[in-house]
Amino acid sequence: MNDLQELYQEVILDHNRSPRNFRAGSTANRDAVGHNPLCGDQVHVFLTVDDEGIVQDASFQGSGCAISTASASIMTEAVQGKTVPQVQELFGVFHALVTGKALPSPEFDLGKLAVFHGVSEFPIRVKCATLAWHTLQAALEKKSVPVSTE
Amino acid sequence: MKVEEAAFCSDSSIATGWIDVDRIRQDFPALSQKVHGHPLIYLDNAASSQKPECVIEAVSAYYRADNANVHRGVHELSQRATASYEGARDKIRRFVGAAECAEIILTKGTTEAINLVASTFGQRIQAGDRILITEMEHHSNIVPWQILCQMRSAHLDVIPIDDRGDLILEEADRLLGLGPKLLSISHISNALGTINPVADLIEKAHQVGALVLVDGAQAVPHSKVDVQALDCDFYSFSSHKMFGPTGVGVLYGKREVLEGLPPYQGGGDMILSVSFEGTTYNTLPHRLEAGTPNMAGVIGLGAAVDYLEEVGLEKINHYETDLLAYATEKLTCVPGVRLVGGEARKRAAVLSLVMDGVHPHDIGTILDRKGIAVRTGHHCAQPVMTHFGIPATARASLALYNTRAEIDRLVEELAEIRRVFGA
Repeated sequence: MNDLQELYQEVILDHNRSPRNFRAGSTANRDAVGHNPLCGDQVHVFLTVDDEGIVQDASFQGSGCAISTASASIMTEAVQGKTVPQVQELFGVFHALVTGKALPSPEFDLGKLAVFHGVSEFPIRVKCATLAWHTLQAALEKKSVPVSTE
Repeated sequence: MKVEEAAFCSDSSIATGWIDVDRIRQDFPALSQKVHGHPLIYLDNAASSQKPECVIEAVSAYYRADNANVHRGVHELSQRATASYEGARDKIRRFVGAAECAEIILTKGTTEAINLVASTFGQRIQAGDRILITEMEHHSNIVPWQILCQMRSAHLDVIPIDDRGDLILEEADRLLGLGPKLLSISHISNALGTINPVADLIEKAHQVGALVLVDGAQAVPHSKVDVQALDCDFYSFSSHKMFGPTGVGVLYGKREVLEGLPPYQGGGDMILSVSFEGTTYNTLPHRLEAGTPNMAGVIGLGAAVDYLEEVGLEKINHYETDLLAYATEKLTCVPGVRLVGGEARKRAAVLSLVMDGVHPHDIGTILDRKGIAVRTGHHCAQPVMTHFGIPATARASLALYNTRAEIDRLVEELAEIRRVFGA
């Protein structure tokens, strides 16, 4: 596989075509908006975190390139059912992968997120892959009033 | 059929004095490289053009032999540097058809040229005055006026564009009727390629007493500009978009208008004598050029002007017009591709495109890996993107060294991108 095929793997193209959890979170108690002013990508991440600190629901809305859309889509799947510290750990491992700093240790299961390993060959696209995650981070840090779905 | 086409092409080349693109390409060393294993196809000329050997050589020769500060030394090198520097100014003057060198102010780019006008002419602006720009301006022709209007409690009016990418001229008339002090307008839009009817607008602006600044950054590399025929009060452009070095720009201003401006920056070269009791300013153009200028850059720009004149701007314009028509036809045939502003009445060598289901940044990354350089993003013209309801476009912008074969490669790769994305 060449760099481009590594970057645009079928899983990424699929999540770009049909993003999962692409909706406002009707039960969300945390949310944040992320923006990449350089390319105009925008993402709004919604989280429902229960009293035990477990992510019960994650969803997103917004617009962006295939990498940022697929990253947000796969992220919302990956964090469901995880505790906040587990989510933070996952982001740490993902971040190291896409920036080319470190591969996950063999016992760490990144699941579908592993398809983003090709991003490290495209430094200018790292921000696309991490925008949704930084936004999720912001949502976790500040509690917001439940988001209305109109 | 093919034979006939070939015959037609060669006939028209005789009739119109076609440029020899193969020879032109040899003048630009950067064009012969491979990028990611593919021959470079450079289609980002509206952002910055490549440099011909003669420009690189002029800059190098200056540093190798003539380097010294201008306008001050009695020694040989300083005199040589001054002669080359002022010689370049005169070439630039001739290039845009200005009457005298006093009207050619050298800046560090179009952005500084516009800011120079905003901060000097801007001192005349009073509360309630109006400045008029258009919706298709580059950020460098929006933000300086926003800052000025905010400082002076003045109004910033904006001539809107329609969905073809043209200015709405009825609105231009209406807004000119409000009596702006200045109309600042791009000659050619960097995001859409629209060629604005600047001559008409200048005439109308003058009828209501407004001065006019034309941002010509996208115009000068592609067509002959004559500032006296246009009758604009200011005309600005950048060296690096017209095959010259980076870090140099030009502000043309009519002498009587420049004479009325207060100093821009204070420093060396812009003065005749300095004492703590008072300072006497230098004459034009030096009065508006404080400090040691970008001598190598200006001399390089002089060489770029020589190069453009040697090839001939009429021929360049003719060649690019043909290439643009070819590219427009080919690109609109790619399923799912739409040219933003592609239906404007008059267009220059810019193709701003969007593809259904594929974000411009993905297009840009994939094309890059195939050796094709395009610009993706908002092109420093976010209001234009907002108008068309898109976050960004992928922009192919042409220059005299681009070819039909390069357009064919672009089209081929775009069709492949669409196939891969299953859009």
